Amino acid sequence: MSEVSFRQRVGALALVAPLALFIALFFVWPLVTVLKESVSDATVSHALPTMVDAAADWNRQSPPTAAMKAALVTDLRGIEDQQLFGDLVRRLNSAQAGFRTLLPKTRTAVDKSRETTAPEAVDLEEIDKRWSNPAYWQAIAGTLSPFTDQHLLAAVDLSRDGTGAIVALGADESANLTILLRTFWVSALVTLVCLAIGLPYAMLAAAMTGWRRQLLLGAVLLPLWTSLLVRTASWYILLQDNGLVNDALQSLGLTDAPLRLIFNRVGVVIAMAHILLPFMVLPIYSVLITIPKTLMPAAASLGAHPLLAFLRVLLPLSLRGVASGALLVFMAAIGYYITPALIGGAQDQMISSVIAFYATGSANWGMAAALGIVLLAATLLLYMVYGWLSSDKTARA
Amino acid sequence: MAIPRIRFDQITKSYGSLRVIDGLSLDIAKGEFISLLGPSGSGKTTLLMILAGFESATGGGVWLDGKRIDHLPPYRRDMGVVFQNYALFPHMTVADNIAFPLQMRGVRKAEIAERVKRALDMVQLGAMSERYPAQLSGGQQQRIALARALVFEPAVVLMDEPLGALDKQLREQMQLDIRKLHMRLGLTVVFVTHDQSEALTMSDRIAVFNKGIIEQIGTPREIYDHPATRFVAEFIGETNLIEGTVERVEADMATVRLAGGSEIRVQAGTAATTSAKVLVSVRPERIHLGPDAGERGNALRSTVVDSVYQGDHLRVQLDDGAHGFIVRSDRRTAEWPQGAAVVASFQPEDCWVIAS
Repeated sequence: MSEVSFRQRVGALALVAPLALFIALFFVWPLVTVLKESVSDATVSHALPTMVDAAADWNRQSPPTAAMKAALVTDLRGIEDQQLFGDLVRRLNSAQAGFRTLLPKTRTAVDKSRETTAPEAVDLEEIDKRWSNPAYWQAIAGTLSPFTDQHLLAAVDLSRDGTGAIVALGADESANLTILLRTFWVSALVTLVCLAIGLPYAMLAAAMTGWRRQLLLGAVLLPLWTSLLVRTASWYILLQDNGLVNDALQSLGLTDAPLRLIFNRVGVVIAMAHILLPFMVLPIYSVLITIPKTLMPAAASLGAHPLLAFLRVLLPLSLRGVASGALLVFMAAIGYYITPALIGGAQDQMISSVIAFYATGSANWGMAAALGIVLLAATLLLYMVYGWLSSDKTARA
Repeated sequence: MAIPRIRFDQITKSYGSLRVIDGLSLDIAKGEFISLLGPSGSGKTTLLMILAGFESATGGGVWLDGKRIDHLPPYRRDMGVVFQNYALFPHMTVADNIAFPLQMRGVRKAEIAERVKRALDMVQLGAMSERYPAQLSGGQQQRIALARALVFEPAVVLMDEPLGALDKQLREQMQLDIRKLHMRLGLTVVFVTHDQSEALTMSDRIAVFNKGIIEQIGTPREIYDHPATRFVAEFIGETNLIEGTVERVEADMATVRLAGGSEIRVQAGTAATTSAKVLVSVRPERIHLGPDAGERGNALRSTVVDSVYQGDHLRVQLDDGAHGFIVRSDRRTAEWPQGAAVVASFQPEDCWVIAS
């Protein structure tokens, strides 16, 4: 008996194994890596191993201890790998400006006296006066931990000051929060536009029969079968100053001069709404066709004006489709990169382009990962709100 | 005569070249329970939809209490409609469903609560007010749909095969319940069905539909005992139709010579004129089987072809050489073995003549 159930269990596990493996390999593992990347900061602790112990008890207020100074000299003399030293300089310089010149100068000096002077005897202040400034020592101490929240904080425009307290970054230092808010705002706009077009469209498609329904659904599905890049590029052509849309508007006499439709918010919203429309229409449509056809006549026979019948019967019943459609569109929109990059102006870039900048432009994987985590967290939060809304008691019906 | 509650005058409805209702006129009195009975595609549901305002007639007019209502949209017609699939709003509780027509009419909140409670008590589902439709059985849903259609006291209640989805026992219970409600509240009901026994059970009058016209309209007794056409005779219940020619007409009786050569005496009716080709309708339960004719007047010597036990009766198939018959025989009488010779006898009063 138990043997049978054991064999059945093994069989069942074997069946789901490819799926589990796929999820682990292509979903869980990358996610964990990104999460780790966003908080890991091992460069300094790796390059300055003795410093880790020496600075452990320092209170960050008083002047640096002799042990710390000796440890720094020992560690600088110990670095063989030029790549590691370069990383160290970059990391420390990002915490405190000045290390870019200070550190190579100090390293050259302590290397030269490697044979003559013991680490404890080296006078760092004599090599460079900046070592008397506690800010440099605070910067080193602050970056010794192998884990840091600086990327995650920076992703939402926060940082830690010399004493370790969390403070807001100056307006000129970072714009991540602005860009995040802009991302949500543009996504919300796109969702609203998709809803305004998609809801009536889905209702029309659900009300039709035969080839008319097929035509309407085909028209909304067709864009899904062409490449995102092609669709974005065609909007690029259509929305130009002397593109098809502006030509049409002018020849109809609606406008005198070409409207500015590209390299601004309008163009981004138009192009993104077009690309994401199917994700709004299809969920609403699939809910609408399950609504019995007699409900609207029933409402009419009970005395409801068509508008009231719509508001009281059809709209509430289609809300589940509207919620999933809006969620799909919004979540897809906050990750958009190509369309804002091609159609938008400098003021329309979304968070993905900042992530792309950190990942490919400045090789700051920590920042790229941290922004990705913030985006993921926002999406999960939305999904929880959706789950909470859709578990409403009327869902039973 | 009083103004009829509903008047259909020369209603025509066509879909392209297909004519589903063809010049139909019908008056329905206040407080009447009328069934529109017919096979599917006979136009009965289309007529109901025209009355409710969901379809517009191609020609003709509809009057409610002497006022023409063709141009009125459904929501201003003051008719309660009960649909076959109930059409309850799935996202509203039972109480909200029943309150809906009252809210649409701007009834005060306190009064709505009072009337919803009364409507629920009327269909004996007072305890279900906070449930959702999906939590109710089919019969309960149908009663809620009925309560919702009645709660705003409409001028007419329309029912489109409302019991079609229920099982037999529940259907028969609901037939009696609806009938009782109709009599207690004095409702005017237009009831569409394709089930003849349902129509016979419930109706004051039955309109038998066939191919877009009314073949016959009358009380259940008139329709059953005196069918006007072959279609009505065959559609309502089961009957034997025997071909023959009228030999003589004397006062209210006539003599018909059957194809097999024998003569029978029948009720004259309007179709019986001398030497007319006619059909004589005799209901299976009116024919008596025995060794001789006894007192019954008409007798046909026959052979038993088949005999099937059906619980409350024996269904016997006969052949007299020229015609086949069906007879519902009392099950307590003897079995009728195949090939047995028997005399089928029936009263002249139970024979009805239909024009051939």
